[in-house]
Amino acid sequence: MKISREDVIRVAELAYLDLSEAELESYRNQLDAILEYIGKLDELDTAKVEPMAQVLADDQTADATLREDLVVPCAVAEDVLKQAPDPEPPYFRVPKVIER
Amino acid sequence: MTTTWTIDGVRDALTAKKVSARELADEYFKRIEARNPELNAYLTLSQRRAYAQAHRVDEMVAGGKALPPLAGVPMAIKDVISTRGVKTTCGSKILENYIPPYDATAVERLEKAGAVILGKTNCDEFAMGSSNENSAYGPVRNPEATDRVPGGSSGGSAAAVAAGLAVAALGTDTGGSIRQPGALCGVPAMMGSYGRVSRYGLIAFASSLDRIGPFATNVKDIARVLQIISGRDANDSTSTTAKVPDYAAEIEKLVKGLRIGIPKEYFGAGMDGEVRKKIEAGIELFKRLGCELREIRMPRTDYAIATYYIIATAEASSNLARYDGVRYGLRAEGDTLLSMYRKTRGRGFGAEVKRRIVLGTYVLSAGYYDAYYLKGQKVRTLIAQDFRDAFSKVDAIVTPTSPVPAFRLGDRTEDPLQMYLADIYTVTGSLAGVPGISMPCGKVCGKLPVGLQIFGPAFGESRVLQLAHAFEQAGGANL
Repeated sequence: MKISREDVIRVAELAYLDLSEAELESYRNQLDAILEYIGKLDELDTAKVEPMAQVLADDQTADATLREDLVVPCAVAEDVLKQAPDPEPPYFRVPKVIER
Repeated sequence: MTTTWTIDGVRDALTAKKVSARELADEYFKRIEARNPELNAYLTLSQRRAYAQAHRVDEMVAGGKALPPLAGVPMAIKDVISTRGVKTTCGSKILENYIPPYDATAVERLEKAGAVILGKTNCDEFAMGSSNENSAYGPVRNPEATDRVPGGSSGGSAAAVAAGLAVAALGTDTGGSIRQPGALCGVPAMMGSYGRVSRYGLIAFASSLDRIGPFATNVKDIARVLQIISGRDANDSTSTTAKVPDYAAEIEKLVKGLRIGIPKEYFGAGMDGEVRKKIEAGIELFKRLGCELREIRMPRTDYAIATYYIIATAEASSNLARYDGVRYGLRAEGDTLLSMYRKTRGRGFGAEVKRRIVLGTYVLSAGYYDAYYLKGQKVRTLIAQDFRDAFSKVDAIVTPTSPVPAFRLGDRTEDPLQMYLADIYTVTGSLAGVPGISMPCGKVCGKLPVGLQIFGPAFGESRVLQLAHAFEQAGGANL
């Protein structure tokens, strides 16, 4: 077994994700099969291989140097706040974080 | 029989005043009204925006002005691509009522080029899936066989173009999500090189893999749409300054003498026998066109799915952390901030998205990072190396797009790993960052389209399009 029920609970906790009992069990089974399959990567010797985080070569990106840090107008606050579940312009309201 | 409009056809008809942009939009909305209840390809229609744009185009025609390249062309946009003022759900309940305050760069460029945006197309939730069955708004049905899936995740865009509900569409491809539905619905579908098209406004799934690209009914239209959306964008630091060639002109070049690599690893077990015959006939066609066929080896192909599901889920778990019920989308009430986060995410995300967040968080977590994530990044290097080695010997690589034709709805939903294996021939090119197209290559069982995939080297879009065009002109779709 690659992944235990406790592993799934721990990971769901890290990801701030409420999972039902049924989800916990089915994910454990499915992830076990997926991780088993992923285990085939161990067949490859990668001791001397550099990891690749992105594919673009240095000469293919435009930003060899950083652009100048300029202040530009950006009047989107009103539109953005309209999408908030509980806005109190100019703020987003959330449940109380600090107990007094 | 409904007319199949092309971009050139729209331009000619508008210029000759045989049709107005408004009438064309009317016709497409009528088609959508008639066919969409069955197909479920569109989630949201943007009539107001479409007619405002059609009006602008008609005024240009009336004023005798030169028309921009996509003037009046009715197009569909996958629902993971932001459209200002038009609901963008990503196929998820967590963004059920989300209206973006800005346009994706690709959308902005299409409209500037005169395109008429009809609406937003259905997809697997956050582009995670290979059958469109992971949409929170119901699956899309394959127009060629409505008991079957259209492929995914850009199933709505593929189905809309295949059913004549848009002249062209934008999709996104992270592991095969443009090419595979293109294959299953029988339409040309392309992803350019990573960095070719700006991702600004594309709601992120896996940032090192995500790409925006076109669906159309023919290769010339693919070339024209790619032309417009390609090129450097200051809002996406990974969009490159590499020159954008005139793709529509490039496609006419002769393919005689080009060397095509056929990787043995793409023709192994698990491939449908009928699909294999069609792909072999497609390869024969390239030979008749004067291309030189070479058998090549790409030894790490078999490790691509495992690598992909580490990297893509790791990046997804990070990108999807933003859905917390604070700034946009769904909020489930909780007594504390943490319980609000947990409930919002638990209720807002569907099963596949949660599965991938859990997997992605796991492979990145302390104690497993080296064994999984770092290992995956190293194997990605080897897979990219396979492509570089191949392109030192050949000009393009030809493979099947999908091992099987469109399967029945519900056939693969029980076993996520089986669904992941649907992407076995497409994820390689995603990891390597190279461009690829899926071309219609005959049908099996009398009706189910087969897709032939052409890969080119990074920024070799012209070569890919030339071969695709030659294949199309030689009757590849009717093999």
